[in-house]
Amino acid sequence: MSLGKDQSLQDPPAIPAEFGSGPLQRRNAAITEPAWVRWLLIAIALGFLSLFLLLPLAAVFTEALRDGWGTYLTALAEPDAYSALKLTLLAAAIAVPLNLVFGVAAAWCITKFEFRGKQLLISLIDLPFSVSPVVAGLVYVQIFGAHGWAGPWFAEHDIKVIFAVPGIALATIFVTFPFIARELIPLMQEQGTDDEQAALTLGASGFKTFWRVTLPNIKWGLLYGVLLCNARAFGEFGAVSVVSGHIRGQTNTLPLHIEILYNEYAFAAAFAVASLLAGLALLTLLLKSILEWRYADQLAASRRH
Amino acid sequence: MSSAIQKRRAIPGFGLTLGITLSYLSLIVLIPLAGVFVKASGLGFDGLLHTLGSPRVLASLKLTFGSALIAAVFNAFFGLFIAWVFVRYKFPGKKIFDAFIDLPFALPTAVAGIALTSLYATNGWIGSLLEPHGIQVAYSPLGVIVAMTFISLPFVVRTVEPVLAEAEKELEEAAATLGAGRWVTIRRVIFPTVLPALLTGSALAFARAVGEYGSIIFIAGNIPMVSEITPLLIIIKLEEFDYAGATAIAAAMLTLSFVLLLAVNILQAWTRRSAKR
Amino acid sequence: MDITIKNVRKTFADFPALAGVDLHIESGELIALLGPSGSGKTTLLRALAGLEPIDAGQILFGATDATNLSVQERKVGFVFQHYALFKHMTVADNIAFGLSVRDGKTRPTTAEQKRRAIELLELVQLKGLEKRYPSQLSGGQKQRVALARALAIEPRVLLLDEPFGALDAKVRKDLRRWLRELHEKTGVTTVFVTHDQEEALELADRVVVMSKGRIEQVGTTAEVYEKPATPFVFDFLGSVNLLAGDVQQGKLKLNGLSLPTDTKLSGPVDVYVRPHDLRLVEPTSDGLDAQINFVQRTGPLVKAVAKLAYDDSKVDIELGHLDPMALSLKPGTQVRLLPVSFGLFARMPHAAVQTLPDVVPNAVPEQRGDRARG
Repeated sequence: MSLGKDQSLQDPPAIPAEFGSGPLQRRNAAITEPAWVRWLLIAIALGFLSLFLLLPLAAVFTEALRDGWGTYLTALAEPDAYSALKLTLLAAAIAVPLNLVFGVAAAWCITKFEFRGKQLLISLIDLPFSVSPVVAGLVYVQIFGAHGWAGPWFAEHDIKVIFAVPGIALATIFVTFPFIARELIPLMQEQGTDDEQAALTLGASGFKTFWRVTLPNIKWGLLYGVLLCNARAFGEFGAVSVVSGHIRGQTNTLPLHIEILYNEYAFAAAFAVASLLAGLALLTLLLKSILEWRYADQLAASRRH
Repeated sequence: MSSAIQKRRAIPGFGLTLGITLSYLSLIVLIPLAGVFVKASGLGFDGLLHTLGSPRVLASLKLTFGSALIAAVFNAFFGLFIAWVFVRYKFPGKKIFDAFIDLPFALPTAVAGIALTSLYATNGWIGSLLEPHGIQVAYSPLGVIVAMTFISLPFVVRTVEPVLAEAEKELEEAAATLGAGRWVTIRRVIFPTVLPALLTGSALAFARAVGEYGSIIFIAGNIPMVSEITPLLIIIKLEEFDYAGATAIAAAMLTLSFVLLLAVNILQAWTRRSAKR
Repeated sequence: MDITIKNVRKTFADFPALAGVDLHIESGELIALLGPSGSGKTTLLRALAGLEPIDAGQILFGATDATNLSVQERKVGFVFQHYALFKHMTVADNIAFGLSVRDGKTRPTTAEQKRRAIELLELVQLKGLEKRYPSQLSGGQKQRVALARALAIEPRVLLLDEPFGALDAKVRKDLRRWLRELHEKTGVTTVFVTHDQEEALELADRVVVMSKGRIEQVGTTAEVYEKPATPFVFDFLGSVNLLAGDVQQGKLKLNGLSLPTDTKLSGPVDVYVRPHDLRLVEPTSDGLDAQINFVQRTGPLVKAVAKLAYDDSKVDIELGHLDPMALSLKPGTQVRLLPVSFGLFARMPHAAVQTLPDVVPNAVPEQRGDRARG
């Protein structure tokens, strides 16, 4: 026995806690199932996931390459595909930054202040998630379309919204509206306001406080939200379909391009373009998982697994 | 209330950020959505009934809601099951499979649509196995259910997972010391704990499935009265320049969205309450 | 029911949580497992309940070998530190849970379950709360419901993990007394875990002091406090001063002071002296010269820190406020100190350190698990 209350009591030696602290460590006979039950359940779950999730993914790539690499590359190199890609990127480039600014602003006022109607505000921010994308597209047609309220005014000034880029951007914004705010609100709620108050007492201005204290704390959560927002922006179909007008080479995004090719029975080409988006989805999942594994402590609690 | 005033003073930016939030929310979401109701109310009760009461619309509503309900129930079971396996057990490849659970969120719906169609078509990998048994998935209402299940799968898993992970293991141990077997513990102690989250996840899955368009139109075959979903009808009405009809259907769907949102909120409040110590 | 624990071992990863524990607990006893975080006390308690499978050894309930019985078969009442009440059940349903999960034949009727629940609620003095939910109860009430729930299965033994850990000081004291009374009433063999020595000494018939997976000492509260068997026990129970001494021909030599002992040791020794056993004596008597550095008067106690003249080390002293010597005590006062009672142990390698920091026993860090859950 080494001497000293100081060592043994005040500073507990670096030993594991008396029993498993995390859910992964539970090897407790009392609260787990027999091994054969466990493995059976695991097998069923993985079988289901493979059949239901991985198989469609495999199908995309198989179908895309069915007619060989030549057809595949031709489909991607087609001018219409290229312009669809450009438009998709453009729509995302408009929607994501705007939703980013909104997301940060909304998270800031919701998490740093108390006010009446806060819960309602949070619910309203979530609203676009439960609205059908087709309805989202429709609402803009109603406003900006030829027979819409603002349509004639815009027509007079020669501004095209519907069947043009602004409409596509608006529809994209709508469907990706909540992503970043939703990611930031729980995260900033967990972090509280202590850091900001400390910065302010040290004489930092409001903007400096945000830039140097808040932002570093939320950067990974922000990135996570941007990632999800971006993935949806690239892939949105329903809402964009309503406002786009499907003009080849002009108002077609990649998902719409896939539809056109598919309906023309150009299956290989459709799947080739689809494989591009599927690859992007896989990249999104990879980045998302990396964020979850490496920066778990800096994401909202519900993202840690 | 006094603490609220102090907080306002302590941290700047309340007016600015709330201003941005409310303006943007109103411009992008609230005012456009309100427009639908304004326009729909202009149709009058008879006008609404004329559209919504037509057999084709009714059939589509029945198909959409019925399929979404089946998809949500199916996902409630499998979602809970998958969440359980991923939270409780260790196995090789867990992280990779875990990442793939979110695939339906990340994969564009059009891609999912054509992929599912090629799988379940009578000459597809799965379809060719089912056809001899007289089961036709693609171009039938069954296809609608498959697509809806696919796109809403992650909701239940992701809502239940954190609740299951945080459930105190002491509760299970307590049940065991009181003589409860494993199955009884799962049924009477664990299940009630995750029930609110399970219902929330299912409601979210249902909401998503009802509104889904992209993945379904490829696999459904879109046969009027048989496999034509409501969102597609809105588009058809728009293409026929029947704005009144499109608005009426949209208003009906929006109303449902609000009801679902309310339900989800109530369920979430319940989840939070029951998660409290 | 009496409990026999034979050479029980349990290792987590490479960390021996229980390194061979032997203990016999008499039927009807109230036993405290006392020790710091990581001492293995909770592991031992959980091993008794069957919640922690053991690597080696044997656990007997009476004559029954319980080592390989499942948790369900052991019929122990276990009260968890954070109570682990089922949040979605009423108080009555919580208490009746153990009865309601019994097999068909042995399961009491619903009415009987309810009657038992109410009866137990009365026993724990919470009559009328049966329809409440756990979230509507205070910490102390939750604790009592947890106890009632554990008692409902008519357990062979009652096991409590840090039963008062999550309560505030006042409630803690009341509950302690109440638990003692309840124990007298029910007579169930009871084992509880605590890191609070005051709690252990006040409540238990016997105290088991544990450290690093081993039992350091088992004894009545008086025994462990007054005759600590090891330096660890000396350290852990109450505050203590450590002096360097020498034993020659059965006498303890402390800088010229020679004190009679009955020790069999000889040579360099560590001398453990409780602050209240360091008496102030007249300047003419034998003793160690020291100068008072600091005086603190708290209620009936006067605590002081004195610097020993011969080696400049600091010692804690403690005397009653009515002690005539206490009145004049102030920083700078020259005093003479005489150890009237002490423990001797062969010198440890570290014993060059002459003083121990003044650690208030209650300041023992809480178990890590608690804080994480906090």
